[in-house]
Amino acid sequence: MAKVTVDGIEVEVPNGASVLQACEAAGKEVPRFCYHERLSVAGNCRMCLVEVEKAPKPVASCAYPVMDGMKVFTDTPVVRNARRGVMEFLLINHPLDCPICDQGGECDLQDQAMAYGRDLSRYDEGKRAVKDKYVGPLIKTVMNRCIHCTRCVRFAAEVAGVPEMGATGRGESMEIGTYVEKALSSELSGNLIDICPVGALTSRPYAFVSRPWELRKTESVDVLDAVGAAIRVDVRGGEVLRIMPRVHDDVNEEWLGDRGRFSFDGLKRNRLDRPWVRRDGKLQPASWAEALGAIARALPGKRLGAIAGDTMDAESMFALKGLMAALGSQNLDCRQDGAKLDASRPDYYLFNTGIAGIEQADAIVIIGSNPRVEAPVLNARIRKRWMTGALRVGVVGPVADLTYPTQAVAMGEAGAFLDGAKNPMVILGRGALAREDGAAVLAAAWDLAKQAGGLREDWHGFNLLHQFGGQVAALDLGFLPGEGGLDMAGMLAGGVDALWLLGADGFDASRIAPGTFVIYQGHHGEAAAARADVILPGATYTEKDGTYVNTEGRVQRGRMAVTPPGEAREDWKIIRAASQMLGVTLPYDSLEALRAEMAAAHPVFARLDQGPLPGCTDDAGPVATGALGMAPFQLPIQNYWQVDPITRASPTMAECAATYLQPKPLLAAE
Amino acid sequence: MSAQGPGGGFHATHAVGKAEAAQPTEFAFDAASEAEIEKIIARYPAGKQASAVIPLLYIVQRQMGRVTGSAWVPRVAMDVIAQRLSMPPMRVYEVATFYLMFNTKPIGRYHLQVCGTTPCMLRGSDDVLAACKSAGGLKGYGDTSADGLFTLTEVECLGACVNAPILQVDDDYYEDLDYDSTVRLIEALKRGERPPHGSAIGRQTSAPEGGPMVLTGSED
Repeated sequence: MAKVTVDGIEVEVPNGASVLQACEAAGKEVPRFCYHERLSVAGNCRMCLVEVEKAPKPVASCAYPVMDGMKVFTDTPVVRNARRGVMEFLLINHPLDCPICDQGGECDLQDQAMAYGRDLSRYDEGKRAVKDKYVGPLIKTVMNRCIHCTRCVRFAAEVAGVPEMGATGRGESMEIGTYVEKALSSELSGNLIDICPVGALTSRPYAFVSRPWELRKTESVDVLDAVGAAIRVDVRGGEVLRIMPRVHDDVNEEWLGDRGRFSFDGLKRNRLDRPWVRRDGKLQPASWAEALGAIARALPGKRLGAIAGDTMDAESMFALKGLMAALGSQNLDCRQDGAKLDASRPDYYLFNTGIAGIEQADAIVIIGSNPRVEAPVLNARIRKRWMTGALRVGVVGPVADLTYPTQAVAMGEAGAFLDGAKNPMVILGRGALAREDGAAVLAAAWDLAKQAGGLREDWHGFNLLHQFGGQVAALDLGFLPGEGGLDMAGMLAGGVDALWLLGADGFDASRIAPGTFVIYQGHHGEAAAARADVILPGATYTEKDGTYVNTEGRVQRGRMAVTPPGEAREDWKIIRAASQMLGVTLPYDSLEALRAEMAAAHPVFARLDQGPLPGCTDDAGPVATGALGMAPFQLPIQNYWQVDPITRASPTMAECAATYLQPKPLLAAE
Repeated sequence: MSAQGPGGGFHATHAVGKAEAAQPTEFAFDAASEAEIEKIIARYPAGKQASAVIPLLYIVQRQMGRVTGSAWVPRVAMDVIAQRLSMPPMRVYEVATFYLMFNTKPIGRYHLQVCGTTPCMLRGSDDVLAACKSAGGLKGYGDTSADGLFTLTEVECLGACVNAPILQVDDDYYEDLDYDSTVRLIEALKRGERPPHGSAIGRQTSAPEGGPMVLTGSED
């Protein structure tokens, strides 16, 4: 540790910390453009100049290591003059287009020019003009505004792992771009918009849409992958205008995958905004009373079943499970993909090492998964670990470009691959369980972690990587066949007379046996809704207060940012209303009461925002039924951009798929 | 100083941004280049081959000069280098566009590089420039002559001020030039000759003009 005095305030910072970090520890604000705490230090903007005692001239604090006894001054005439000089140079070539710039109001350059800018320029010469670059369908570039901080270059090379951006030319001719015109091949490209301190890289879908001060900001959680990234939903006038990541160091740091960030335009399209009832073989608009009445008439005396979707909130699944129990049905399932999960113990289906725990791993075997596509932010964490050195990654199954070197290993060799690792990790993709021998795969993966010494009291190396934000909560709730209950295949094959689909849109609706009375409760009209006899319009994750559990078992709250459209309602309320019509009124009529009941029945839901329990105290594995088959693993998600009803309804995601996927996919499935 | 337009001034032969149309679609090193590459890569420790990027760019440029008569570095060749040195193509583009010595678009058979920095300017680089223009049929910096023989570029100090003014033709320095000797040089190039490089007035390396002044054995 080093003792540093910043403006008279004494702080202790670790050796090797930078002066800028010491200043932050002392609570002193230091302006910066190129410095970013999650990227390497470039030291090229010079905005963070401070005075250090005995240093002959101002030093760039971001790139200057502290020394014991150092005295730093962040606000002296010398410092202020130096920063003013830097700002004047930065503004030489920066256009005066703040009124039409989308960064306006949340622009570092604008803010700092207020503090250090002059009201007029001494530079009489013409400003340079730079051609705008194409870097993909999500990012709008206005390269005149670029101040060459190279944050985007470093982000692409270090975090995203696609070193496709760079600075070409030099001096007056230096330009940031990809040189070869191409879309940046990253699922994390939207983060370039956040890290760009000026308006050079802005959101293309959000171009000229709104100003930051017009937006109402709601803190929520992303459900479109199983990472459960912390997000902020920005709303104006009942419309979601953009989604941005929030900082959550244990989950997403400050990154967000493009799917979670840009698919919100799908929230407005193809929506179910009123109840529908099938009359005379045709779906016809109905009132809530009619729709619930139709259910109340149809269900009694029937064999019932319920299937939960992948992005549902825990409350609605808990309510539906309660309703089914009240109606005497044990036929529940949440595994639309047919994954052979074992929910008898939470650590059989959780990412037990934790996302932050990846940074302690020294060898990883990934089985039947492409984390770059299934959970790009989690993949970035693996890459971050790899960047610090000495990490070997083996892949069982199809080997994709994961942005770090990997080695293909066979299931049988995986044990040897992990041999000698201090903290081995096994990452099992949920997709690897969605096959005949899924249970054997699960047991084999557990065994692999056990044999490698990954199941210890201080380390849990078995990890299941889910695909969507609602999948773990369903397992926590035990939304699975009860005693003697049917699973999804059994229900679809005619084992039930009436089927309640709660946002379940991830399977082929034609598998539902003819004659089954289908209730579809959800937000988007896709195949399952078309098959339904009654449609109950529900809410998306931005339109309800809901609890979600990410792949590591972290219970997080999403919050209502806008109200559901039209007559659509929050899902748990719909189920509560139906229970009343069916004469089995559920014992709660507020969200708080529901949550209290849920936490009482499943204590895990009382542990808000806590990571996985450390270590493994019982290394007995899940039961293996059947032998491990020889079939090669298939990756469950080929198209990152279009995976669920929201993303399939999103024009932005469709454009991404058309840009990135080769060969071009057929237009909008179904 | 007047405002310089984008891409103007001495950066004119230097295409920045999207490479232009005349890009070939493939490039492969020939036997002579391969032999050189082997020697160069061996200079660097294993895993540090990326250090060889600048020499390899030169090899590409010379091979293009040898084979096509225009010494430049096409983009596809940068990709080939990136692959050879296991580095991202973007990092090669950055280096190739940073150094003005690499031509990122085709040039003439002979690359006339006039030094216009202060010592050369004081010693008559304006005459050298005028001679290049008139004898080579060039309109100005950045221009390639109609016959495809010459491309004229202004360069910064070549570090041979003692023999100023300098004209660098491809890799060779021609020193102590004036208008007439520059014209003679260009006429010779047109005939396909390569006059010996070095001082045009017979100066021995950078010794005083007219021969040695000291240690001539006559001091005693």
